[in-house]
Amino acid sequence: MATTEFSLAELLICACADVWREEGEVLATGIGIIPRLAQGLAKLSHSPELMITDGEAYLTEEPVTLGARNHDGRSYAGWMPYSRVFDALWRGRRHALVGPVQVDRWGQANIACIGDYARPKRQLLGLRGFPGNSINHANSFFVPNHSRRAFVEGEVDVVCSVGYRKDRWPEGVRSDLMRIHRIVTNLCVMDFGGRSADSEHAIRVISLHPGVSFDEVQAATGFELQRADDIAETAHPTEAQLEIIRRLDPKDLRARQLKDNPPGIRVAGSAA
Amino acid sequence: MSLNKETTAAGVVAQLRDGMTIGIGGWGPRRKPMSLVREILRSDLKDLTIVGYGGADMGMLCAAGKVKKLIYGFVSLDFIPLEPFFRKAREAGGVEAMELDEGLLHWGLRAAAMRLPFLPTRTGLATDLVTVNPDLRTVRSPYDDGETLLAMPALNLDVALLHVHRADRLGNTRLYAPDPFFDEWFARAAERSYVSCETLVDRLDSDEADARCNPFERSLVAGVVEARGGAHPTSNVATGGADGSGYGWDAAHLKRYCAAAEEDGGWQRYAEEFLGADETAYQQAVGGLDHIVSLPRQVF
Repeated sequence: MATTEFSLAELLICACADVWREEGEVLATGIGIIPRLAQGLAKLSHSPELMITDGEAYLTEEPVTLGARNHDGRSYAGWMPYSRVFDALWRGRRHALVGPVQVDRWGQANIACIGDYARPKRQLLGLRGFPGNSINHANSFFVPNHSRRAFVEGEVDVVCSVGYRKDRWPEGVRSDLMRIHRIVTNLCVMDFGGRSADSEHAIRVISLHPGVSFDEVQAATGFELQRADDIAETAHPTEAQLEIIRRLDPKDLRARQLKDNPPGIRVAGSAA
Repeated sequence: MSLNKETTAAGVVAQLRDGMTIGIGGWGPRRKPMSLVREILRSDLKDLTIVGYGGADMGMLCAAGKVKKLIYGFVSLDFIPLEPFFRKAREAGGVEAMELDEGLLHWGLRAAAMRLPFLPTRTGLATDLVTVNPDLRTVRSPYDDGETLLAMPALNLDVALLHVHRADRLGNTRLYAPDPFFDEWFARAAERSYVSCETLVDRLDSDEADARCNPFERSLVAGVVEARGGAHPTSNVATGGADGSGYGWDAAHLKRYCAAAEEDGGWQRYAEEFLGADETAYQQAVGGLDHIVSLPRQVF
């Protein structure tokens, strides 16, 4: 049963959890508080087959509580040091939910730097694992600041993860192992199921968060979006989902992830 | 056996030369051989190429003007996502940068470990990794698939610097960390590896379970240095063995260090306040060895 009392952060946790629905027995990796809570929620609700870690080096069948002061009560099902993470991801057995700084119309994402690589205007994280992740396994994006700065008009400043831009793929390179599944933002959920004259993977809006219009999403995006035929309102969290979220995050770290912790159902007239 | 590989941090640095390629083990703010790094900071060494999963090691070496080139998967302190002295060096255009995917860095170390010129991979293709590293080349599979692959060149190291929990004078080591990271591959990729440790003993004679915590064989180890607390301000967590639970990273100290990056002359002041003439002076300046080894482990 849906409830009316929930925050936008909680709505996003539920929308993010959905990226792992029907993905099978893969390593689910959510980077950041909201994606991490989402991976735990996915495992404890619709996708118990997912493998997740304790945030360090061990696999656990019971998602860890965020903000814990010590390791008391934790139990481990397996071992997943970074070397094994690479082994698993090069084989494709992973779906990561990552937070890029820029995303373009081809799904290429940037976390490396803004401006020129040789002498960046702003050095960001670097390429990290994006090149290897993106060419080997499914990825989804979490972008909590849907804007033209995040969804850029042209190509991202540094292409850290592969996308669907054909002329970026040299002849003979296998592109069939990659997949960008979904983009969850503070305004909507998108996928790559759109078709256009020049793309078989155009970004399209599949659901709008309560109180958000398609036009508003389009205005906050630097490229043209498609609109899914069956576009819907993003599902509200159920009481059962909220209960799991509260259990995984007893210190309410989720309330500090979005500026002013807005409500899940936007109050009429308030700005994005 | 008469092998005795015990040396000191100064003894290790005396083996290093300007322009060398040095791999540093650990990962971000975790299990860095910082006492050896500090001895480099105190030295006249320069024009180094530093290879690793960087944290304050790379940041400090950049700040102190020791670095010609960085080869890295990232340079981060985890809870502070971007190492501030690394950021400053990059934005000033002061160091050459070979920025790699994390997995690709390990692939280059593996190629070096096997004395191969390269190892094939898909990682990096169809991204700007190949644009910002224009020396990288591709190969075509000689088999029927004909696939185009990136040829990740071997990252041959002159020296690897690593930090473990225990070692003996023969160069046998024990690592009780939750994650050994890629220390083994740094050791195998290097001509010589120098290992600092929390506890040095004459000879490790342990049971089978403990012997499985040996991360690499002793023939890869050229020298061992006893350095209790030597990973500070990075962590050195232990989940077994005879050394208790190890210690977490020193978040307060790392914040103080990062604040220095925001000040003009901040690095010089940091170095004057903390670096000292040797490791004993450093440990006194940061609150003492007891403080270091009792820092609680971070919980994720």
